[in-house]
Amino acid sequence: MNLSLLLEMAASASDERAAVVSGDVALSAIDLDAAARRVAGRFLEMGATGVVYCGTNDVTFPIALFAAAAAGLPFIPLNYRLGAEQLQPLVEANAGAVVVAEVMPVVGADPALTVDRRALLDPSFAAASEVELPGFIDPEDVAVLLYTSGTSGTPKAAILRHRHLTAYVIGTVEFAAAEPEQAALVTVPPYHIAGMANLLSNLYAGRRIVYLDAFDAEVWIDTVRREGVTQAMVVPTMLARVVSHLDGRPADVPTLRTLSYGGARMPLPVLEQALELFAGTGFVNAYGLTETSSTIALLGPEDHAAAFEGDPVAKVRLGSVGRVLPGIEVEVRDEDGTVLPIGEPGLVFLRGEQVSGEYDAGSVVDAEGWFPTRDRGWIDEEGYLFIEGRADDTIIRGGENIAPAEIEDVLVRHPAVDSACVVGLPDDEWGQSIAAAVVLIPGRTATADELQTHCREHLRGSKTPERIVFRDELPHTPTGKLLRRQVLAELAG
Amino acid sequence: MEIKAGSRLACPDCSTELVVVKPPSAPVVLTCSGSAIVEATADRPGAGHADAAGEGALVGKRYADEESGLEVLCAKPGPGTLAADGRVVEIKGAKPLPSSD
Repeated sequence: MNLSLLLEMAASASDERAAVVSGDVALSAIDLDAAARRVAGRFLEMGATGVVYCGTNDVTFPIALFAAAAAGLPFIPLNYRLGAEQLQPLVEANAGAVVVAEVMPVVGADPALTVDRRALLDPSFAAASEVELPGFIDPEDVAVLLYTSGTSGTPKAAILRHRHLTAYVIGTVEFAAAEPEQAALVTVPPYHIAGMANLLSNLYAGRRIVYLDAFDAEVWIDTVRREGVTQAMVVPTMLARVVSHLDGRPADVPTLRTLSYGGARMPLPVLEQALELFAGTGFVNAYGLTETSSTIALLGPEDHAAAFEGDPVAKVRLGSVGRVLPGIEVEVRDEDGTVLPIGEPGLVFLRGEQVSGEYDAGSVVDAEGWFPTRDRGWIDEEGYLFIEGRADDTIIRGGENIAPAEIEDVLVRHPAVDSACVVGLPDDEWGQSIAAAVVLIPGRTATADELQTHCREHLRGSKTPERIVFRDELPHTPTGKLLRRQVLAELAG
Repeated sequence: MEIKAGSRLACPDCSTELVVVKPPSAPVVLTCSGSAIVEATADRPGAGHADAAGEGALVGKRYADEESGLEVLCAKPGPGTLAADGRVVEIKGAKPLPSSD
């Protein structure tokens, strides 16, 4: 299986209706397939060894991706928001790749191998290409290189082979099953695994993809209404902005059947408000990693609805990422590798056909195929997976493992708190002490003492932050991941 | 004929086309209503099947033979019925999931 085949099947099942739309450009799956083959020939003629895409969401993103696949070249979407200093080494690490760019020039790129993305839509760009495309693409070939967001250091290139991405798509998506009026609104960027998964899944399902090149809460809601969007995926910071923009008014998006969220931890107060404002929309929490070809666990609409109606068990599970997909296995182990029983927190390991666990520096998957996610979590008696956060972020205070998320969840329940970031600071007595950076809701007040008392009421004393500072905002990546390292450096400094 | 992962296969006598998702653990003879499956690039006379009963091969469905481990995806539909060493190859059931993308 390879990515080209997914598009070829989508094209064979489609008529002329739009498959991808951005701005006033719409392409059918047939158009996309033809453009990808044409451009693939041109890329090979240029002697490209890979295809870098540096730009926002646009119909040229799928053309570049499927052209890379048809040419048998790896596709490398880069974060166009990176500063020159961070972007240049990534571009240079992929020297020899053609660079498809929204804005030229791209720092570190060979001008002879740089292509303005608009050229991909121009039939004359590759009209004269006589290069024959490879007939057989090995499922073992590299399909995509994705740089992980690197919240804990230098970005690493995660390797996803054709067999990983296609296993995810054919294992989770019913081919051509979308009804003709269905449309998915995509706001996650091309360099994010969710952007890749959104494209492949919706194309294979036959669901029209509507791209927004930059996220804005008002534009997002207007687009849902105007395009009759039926499915949308957001990261938590986007949903928080939508909820804040609505300011208590109902979302009024009758076409929206499913709103899925993932990519970072969702604050419960935001989710609870969203459930109220988006009455009639089914919510889905999707958990996955770049290294697992996107989603491996889901909390579905029924679970969200039950929690909203007040079912006590479902309310607890609203803090989970649901159950793993069919074909995915999960284990929770302690630091020594011993598999832990139900309910005990430890390190989360995953196994399945869509799981890659491979980087440019090598694979971290063990001999039995298990991938160490480096996330900490636990599983309840019915298989619901609760993720506490990254193992690297765990605070060890007096020998006790403390997940920052547990304390943050309590802090954001205080009526004056908008968001919080909890970190462990070096401490001579306890090993680490707990500190929190807190953002208050504008117009509301709370003192450090009040917040400590609030924590003590809901948590053990050993989990109450010893130090609380107030900030106007917390640092996040553009895709919604909290930059704890930055908060830690500031508080420890 | 070797059945390797990713290779494209076809029925010589009907429109069915397949892609190998998982190769079999040991060689099997894959047939479509009795006609031996060939490489998709091979000559396909298209004589049809005399007794094409059943629902045929459905596009987008995965077909798996538990005994050999062979799994194929139907890339183009056709009226024939798939079998591995004579055993009918069944659709691999997938529970529909809520859309997460």
